[in-house]
Amino acid sequence: MLILECPYCGVKAEETELHAGGEAHLKRFGPGSTDGEFHDYLFMRENPKGVHFERWRHANGCGKWFHAARCTMTLEVFGTYSAQTFEPPQEIRDAITAKRPGWTWRDLK
Amino acid sequence: MSDPVSALNGARFDGIASVEEAGLCGMITLRGDFASAGFAAAVNSITGAALPEVGRIAEGTEGAAAWMSTDELLLMVPYAEVEARLAALNEALKGEHALAVNASDARAVFRISGDGARETLAKVAPVDLSAEAFQPGDFRRSRMAQVAGAFWLNGEGTFTVVCFRSVGEYVFKLLSASAHPQSAVGIYKA
Repeated sequence: MLILECPYCGVKAEETELHAGGEAHLKRFGPGSTDGEFHDYLFMRENPKGVHFERWRHANGCGKWFHAARCTMTLEVFGTYSAQTFEPPQEIRDAITAKRPGWTWRDLK
Repeated sequence: MSDPVSALNGARFDGIASVEEAGLCGMITLRGDFASAGFAAAVNSITGAALPEVGRIAEGTEGAAAWMSTDELLLMVPYAEVEARLAALNEALKGEHALAVNASDARAVFRISGDGARETLAKVAPVDLSAEAFQPGDFRRSRMAQVAGAFWLNGEGTFTVVCFRSVGEYVFKLLSASAHPQSAVGIYKA
């Protein structure tokens, strides 16, 4: 069972209170972009074994979206953070580096 | 005008805890900026309560205010006064970026009381309801089995449960089954 702490209400919510929202930190390519960019935005997703960043919504709770960093192999959660950010904050990156030295995810390391 | 009737007309079940429909409760959903002084003053003028802390309910002289999310409050007022209070609230919120709606008739409200109250609710909601973790004044939005609901605990050990009126009967049957007299687990010693 995955347990994530909602950064807004501080509740340690288990999976059934949450709704998964897919990969985090996607940049939208809409009108005016090339076909290649639009294709990549629509279809190309990371599927890592290890460190991953995801969006989650506290659906049966405060209803807010937030981000989570976790390991897809061990289900270890490195931390959750606000949705109002384009990339993981430094403390989340430090927490991952402490547990998984040398991790990479897209162009983050 | 027709008489307002609550979802289950005061249904009641007695088991390891008593589950009863609380009848008509005035509820106002209010969204806005908690950091604004005018917002807090407006909430206080309607309910007599201060802004609640995160995950808490603040009781006031005229009602109560519960923390629903970072920008949403649930204001509880007497049912008969809800329209007048809402008008006063909108007046007090003039100039604020806020929205208040009367949600009273969209909801069903239940009370769970008795020694088995914590256990009755804990069986159907994924929440730690032990005495150390869930204390009087705590307010929690969560789910009860398959539907969304919110509940809080008062000083006498009674839970008040709020859910959508459309699932009121489901929640009553759910809580009644959970409070079945022969279903005691005894995880929370009184």
